[in-house]
Order: sequence, then structure tokens, then C-alpha cells
Amino acid sequence: MKIITFIQSTDGKINNNSIEAFAASQKISERNNAEIYLLTFDPSLVEQLSNYKSNGIIVSDNSKLENYNPIYYLSSLETVYNKYSPDLLFFGHTYETRDWVPRLSARLDMPFISDTTNFNFENELNFIRPVYQAKLSEKIVLENKGIVSFQAGSFSIEDLINGNSNSEKIDVDFSTVKLNVRPGEKFRESANEVDLSSAEVIVSIGRGISKEENIPVAEKLADKLNGQIAASRPVVDSGWLDHSRQVGSSGQTVSPKLYLSVGISGAIQHLVGMKGSKNIVAINKDPNAPIFEIADYAVVGDLFEILPKLTEQL
Amino acid sequence: MKICVLIKQVASEDSNLVLSSDKLSLNADALNLISNEPDTYALEEALQLKEKTEGSVKVCTFGPESSRQVIKDALAKGADSGIFISDDGINNKTPQKIAKIISDRIKNENFDIILSGLQSNDSGFAQVGLLIAEYLNTSHASLVMGTEILNEKSIKVKLELENGWFQWSELDLPSSLTIQSGINTPRYATLKGIMSVKNKTVDSFSKDDVLCDISSDGYKTTEMFQPIKAKETVRVEGNPDEIVDELVDILKNKIKVV
Repeated sequence: MKIITFIQSTDGKINNNSIEAFAASQKISERNNAEIYLLTFDPSLVEQLSNYKSNGIIVSDNSKLENYNPIYYLSSLETVYNKYSPDLLFFGHTYETRDWVPRLSARLDMPFISDTTNFNFENELNFIRPVYQAKLSEKIVLENKGIVSFQAGSFSIEDLINGNSNSEKIDVDFSTVKLNVRPGEKFRESANEVDLSSAEVIVSIGRGISKEENIPVAEKLADKLNGQIAASRPVVDSGWLDHSRQVGSSGQTVSPKLYLSVGISGAIQHLVGMKGSKNIVAINKDPNAPIFEIADYAVVGDLFEILPKLTEQL
Repeated sequence: MKICVLIKQVASEDSNLVLSSDKLSLNADALNLISNEPDTYALEEALQLKEKTEGSVKVCTFGPESSRQVIKDALAKGADSGIFISDDGINNKTPQKIAKIISDRIKNENFDIILSGLQSNDSGFAQVGLLIAEYLNTSHASLVMGTEILNEKSIKVKLELENGWFQWSELDLPSSLTIQSGINTPRYATLKGIMSVKNKTVDSFSKDDVLCDISSDGYKTTEMFQPIKAKETVRVEGNPDEIVDELVDILKNKIKVV
């Protein structure tokens, strides 16, 4: 078996999620001796990547790949695939991956098992992924070759095995590529950015806060704990808090000492942004809220009864 | 502009998910079936584009007989016509298979824009709209947060990137776009709209009408199961005063953030 993991990077910075996907390939290799390769579009990353145990680093170096463009990315991967014929292509399950890898799967006529959270070897290699908003999981077996993307946090960078790998370059011919998309400059909308990643304590609010006027109930508790206020997507979409305070796949990824979740049901898009928190305390009215699945302390109750009293007692 | 919207019928969030004995399907009686929520934003975006460009909106679904309802709902909101493709007799409905069947059906309609929600709330692969872009050789964009028609040949879309970044991107038409939830406020059907449904055309197709090769599966789901809980969760119970007392103890003595 041969596995190639694509290492996504922006401005010389590796996306952690794709390194986690590589960690998954190392773990599979331990079981079945699969040959594992890393693929990068940025030659400046080779030195760092060569420290990980692999069978080699493939470098597709072209100025057209410096900034993300799905059309060039597709051509490059197609070339790599044709040269190396891997059995599996691994990716982190990132926004970029979600944008271009489905097309890759159509082009290579390989199934794409997206948002995978684990694998196991019962009889053969199985991939596990959430369905029905993570209320159930499904187990998948590939018939032949396939593409797999791994949800953030499914595997740990800390488990990476070090080694010393060589790299080789591959040239891609873009001359026949028809560009039907012209991406513009990236921008942010928030004027005052808040860096939640350095906060020790985060009090995060969701739909359960009901209305904007209720936000001070949570803010007072955050102040008392010397923490930051954050939110899930519905609160930010309603315009009640700045986008920079959003936690989740479309916001920030945080891992504070305490993540106190208030009135958040726990959609998977939110969970991926906070499940690495050291301690998760969740308060929600609905005893079946998915947030309780990953909480260390679960409180089924009314936040408007509990929060003011808690703030007062601290 | 000729616009196509893809809508899937899925189990609502409050549905009771009861696994069948084969562990591969759910007990259908316990499910409350609705239009996939992300797709309702795609429909609204299509209706707004139609109003701006004097276009037409055709809604397409692939699924069991019950999913004719999502077409009716969309027609009541203002879509002009529908395509229903029955999944009866089609096994292992993988994203590639669904996308091939839909592409095969709509390729001669020459849509300028194909819209769908960013993902379905059941299997959640987030792929069909983008696979169709490849099969029909159109441009694509995903997680679209805004649209602006530039001219007959191109559209500008606002994309949501990771970590709070955005980007405007220009795309050649035809294009297949997957729409981020929250992009607009989906409308409700009016009484007039509901009355109009019976005068609108819905073309129906079945397995026998599928001309493309859907013989390969690529993968098989061997089992569905309740997720294994990774963590021990301590339940904090009692009346509000007791809960608060215990929380204070947890924050001070266990987590030590006070």
C-alpha cells in the first residue's frame, strides 16, 4: 500500500490538520508497512518535513501554486497521482480541502471519504466518520483506491514519529489548464481582532442565550473568571458578537484551561474548534445536546438561573 | 439566467434516530423529513438571483418518493419547475453516484448556475455540488457567503475561508456553487405560492432513465453505530443552588481557575 498525504500550507506555514492526517498515515504504516509520502507545494517546508519518518517528500514547486487556486491544485495532484499511483491520498479536512478535493475525486474517479475521525483494522482497513450531525458514526471500507480527509483533532501531532526523509521534485505542466476562477485578495471583516487562542478561560455562548440583551449575563461571568467571551456561529450570524469571537471551523480553534459552554448545543462545526480544551463545562437545557458528549462536566439546567448565582458566588 | 437548485430531503434535527437491525439504515417511521437546511439557503439565493436577472429556477432532488415534498415546498416559495429523480432500485448512494445521476439528468438543460447547500445534514460528505462541477466541466466555489452577477458570462462570489478570512472570487459561468448557511434569510411560502404549485411542472425520472455508468460503488458502508464516547462526563445535578455550589467547587478545586 502507498499513501500520500498532502501538506496544506499558506505563506510558509503548515496547516496542522494536514500534519495530523500524516500522523494517521504513520499509524497505518505501523500496522501494514504502507509506504508513506508527504506532498508539499512549498519547497521551504522540506527541511521541517524531512524530520518526520516517511518514505519521501514530493515537492511540486511552481509559482502558480503559491496561493490557493483549485484549478492549479487539481492539475498538480493529478500529475502526482499519475506518477506515483498511490492507493490512498490523505488530506486534513480543511475548508480548502472541502473546496477542491471533491473535484479531484471526480477527476481521478476515486471515492472521497471526507471528515473521517478514525480508522481501524478489523479484517481490513476501515474508516470511521460521523453522520447525522455526529449523532451516529459509519464504518466505511474502500473497494479499491480512495481519498480520505481527517477531521481536525482526530490524530495528534504529538504522536508523530521522527526520522530523516529525502525529497524529490515533480514538474507540473500547467500549459493546457483552463482557468475559470480568478480569486481576489483575502481580507478580514473584523476591525478589532480578539485572539482567543491565548485565553486561559473562555465563556462561550450559543443559541440558548436567546437575545442580545442577555449577553451581559455571560460577560459578567467571563469577567469574574478573567476570561474572554466567545460564541458559536448563530450568535455571530445574528450580529450580537464580533466574528473574531467565533469558535469553530469558520472561526477560531481554542484550547483553554477552561471552556465554559453556555446554551451551545454542539454542532460538529463548533466542536472541532474547542474539543481540545483542557476542561469543558457545558450548561444546556437539552439533556441530549451533543456538547455533553465531549464535556468533562455536564449541567442540564437553565443558564439564566445558574449563571447569575455562579458569578455572585465566585 | 437559468438556475438549478439541488435540494435533498433529510431527517430533521429533532428526529429520533433508530438504527434498523441491519445497522445500515434508520427506522423511517421515526424520522421527521424536511428539506436539508443548508439547501434552503441555496434556494433563497436562487430566488433572489432570479429576481435580479429575470431568470428561472428549477429545483432538482434525488431520493425516495417522499422527497417529492421538497420540490413542492420549493415551488411554493417561488421556484418555477422541478425534476424528481427516484432512487428506487439504486443501491449504495455514494456522493459520486448521486452526482453522476444528477449531472446526467441536467447536462442538456444548460444551466448557468447550479446551487446547493454546503452539505447535507445526514451523510454530510459536502461533495455533490462540487462533483457535478467536474462532471459538467463548470467552474465552482464552495462556502459561498455572497453572490453578485457581473454579466452573462461571469459571477463574483464572496467565499468564507478559514479563521475568519474572506475572499471575493470571479468565476466563469456556468458555475456550481455550494452555499454557506446564514448567507440570506430564507422566505416562507405565501398562500398564493402554495396555490401555484399545482400549475407548475415536475418531471419525474427513475433508474431506467439513468444513462451514465453507475455500476461502481468505490466504497461500502459496513455498519452504522452510536459514537463511542471518548470522555468520562461528570453530571452536575440538583436544584440551581446545589448546581452552583458544585460548580464553584469544580472551578476552584478541580479545574483551579479561581
